[in-house]
Amino acid sequence: MLAYTFRRLLITIPTLLVVIGVVYILLFSAPGGPFDSERVVPEAIQAQLMSKYHLDQPYWKQYLLYIWQLLQGDLGVSYRYADWSVNELVGSALPVSLAIGGLAIALSLVIGVLLGALAALYRNSFVDYFVMALGSLGSVVPSFVLGPLLVLAFAIGLQWLPSGGWDHFSWKFMVLPVSLLTLINVSTLARIMRASMVEVMNSNYIRTARAKGLPMHLIVFRHALRPSLLPVVTIVGPLAVSSITSALVTESIFSIPGLGILVVNGAANRDYTLVLGLVVLITTMVVLVNLCVDLMYAFLDPRSRA
Amino acid sequence: MPSLTPAAEPERSPWRDALLRFRRNKAAVTSLVFLVCVTALCVIGPWLLPHAYDSTDWDALKLAPSLTNSHWWGTDESGRDLLVRCLMGGRISLMVGILTTLTSIALGVVWGATAGYLGGVVDQVMMRIVDIMYAVPYLLIAILLVTVLGRDFYLVVLAITAFSWMDTARLVRGQTLSLRQMEFVEAARAMGVTTPRIVFEHIVPNLMGLVLVYATVTVPSVILTESVLSFLGLGIQEPMTSWGVLIHDGAQMLDSAAWLLILPALMLSLTLYSFNYLGDGLRDALDPKDR
Repeated sequence: MLAYTFRRLLITIPTLLVVIGVVYILLFSAPGGPFDSERVVPEAIQAQLMSKYHLDQPYWKQYLLYIWQLLQGDLGVSYRYADWSVNELVGSALPVSLAIGGLAIALSLVIGVLLGALAALYRNSFVDYFVMALGSLGSVVPSFVLGPLLVLAFAIGLQWLPSGGWDHFSWKFMVLPVSLLTLINVSTLARIMRASMVEVMNSNYIRTARAKGLPMHLIVFRHALRPSLLPVVTIVGPLAVSSITSALVTESIFSIPGLGILVVNGAANRDYTLVLGLVVLITTMVVLVNLCVDLMYAFLDPRSRA
Repeated sequence: MPSLTPAAEPERSPWRDALLRFRRNKAAVTSLVFLVCVTALCVIGPWLLPHAYDSTDWDALKLAPSLTNSHWWGTDESGRDLLVRCLMGGRISLMVGILTTLTSIALGVVWGATAGYLGGVVDQVMMRIVDIMYAVPYLLIAILLVTVLGRDFYLVVLAITAFSWMDTARLVRGQTLSLRQMEFVEAARAMGVTTPRIVFEHIVPNLMGLVLVYATVTVPSVILTESVLSFLGLGIQEPMTSWGVLIHDGAQMLDSAAWLLILPALMLSLTLYSFNYLGDGLRDALDPKDR
């Protein structure tokens, strides 16, 4: 297990370095530098600015300097938001995104696993049809359609909740975005849980457990649940990646001041350092999630430690 | 795959069998007919309808859908006809979908077949690159690409292609691994056929069924990605439009003109739904042992 962890870590680090490198090359091949503006700046001042931000160094040196900065936890300064460093911008947005994303993931894991298990245990029941319908609906009604529909129903139609905005983690503003993210994830999770549980319940050792007269709850909790969860654990990695898509969309629908809005605005304003910093940060988080998932999988299923 | 089908008994070729099986699948055939109709409407429609997609009708701002005037699907807040815009948006969305799928499938097949056939260190390195690409949050990089390169139509296609070829590559590699053990490949090798010709003339044609199925399910996912980009304002730019742009505009007008959201969303969802069903039907038809 220790050797596996070590090997897995060895793959993770180059992944991050390659991603940052590619992103870096992209940014520097872009037309226009950060200090190219309409205003004419004396050449000497321009040179001073360039040297302050190390833009006069060769690219490989800039890359190494950037990595060195990153290792010290410094994401640089924003090219567009005056007086803000990327760290400060991220510092104010990250808790918001984490609160919404964390709540949604916790809720969807619980609901998804529960619904999927129930659907598998009571096949062709109401729960089963509900899970199947939710699954096929989730694949064709994308988040950016479902979100506005939720707003239409609960904010404009019933007027129960605000249609968007943010007020210091007030629950009113969190209900709709969290529900949207949860709905999207539950449709995937429940479908996968259902499929894997159906397979497990049809396997030989469950039939043996049934044959020797074990009561149903013991069969489910002691024998069926753990192996059924394996595919759910595997899907958490891809789910983390797709959650970023839905988080971007959700934050933009409900105008929530999280990381997603920063990415979208940064991209629209061509704020290179901000976008670079955010991509690095989010990629690191995703890679770490994937690492945890792999380690957990190896822990749950010894066969995969090869 | 002309060289591999037996010359005699053309009635019993695998492709003909697949066609017969496919025709029995009502849902898949319906989806195919629907998709052909939508595509035809998107291509021809804008020429036939009396309005242009970017012309404004000042006497009809935010008109609700009705059959009594020429704006059947209503108009948006600047008086542009929604039906024409939906068809025009469909043109762009479908074009992005098909073009991107073609490029990404081509890249995936070449990548996967090469890695699978050559094996060894080459395979290791190539598949490690695929692993790395999987771990990257692709939407962010796509956003980065359009930030840096601009939001031109072809750049959107390029940005999405860069992150949609890996599934195909993995799939093709797996199939190639088992195909290269087959006798006909060994025979070709014994006869001194060069490696590129073995890969592209003997192995790839045998993967076409799989690739066709895969292409069908890649199209909707690509359309979805384009829509997300456009929804975020980072994809197709005004006055040109796509389903994502229309849904975004509709979502801004929810309280006063909900049809601006619902009609384009319906078109997008039905199209995605049909592509998924078509993919299922093709898989069942081409891979009978999987049923």
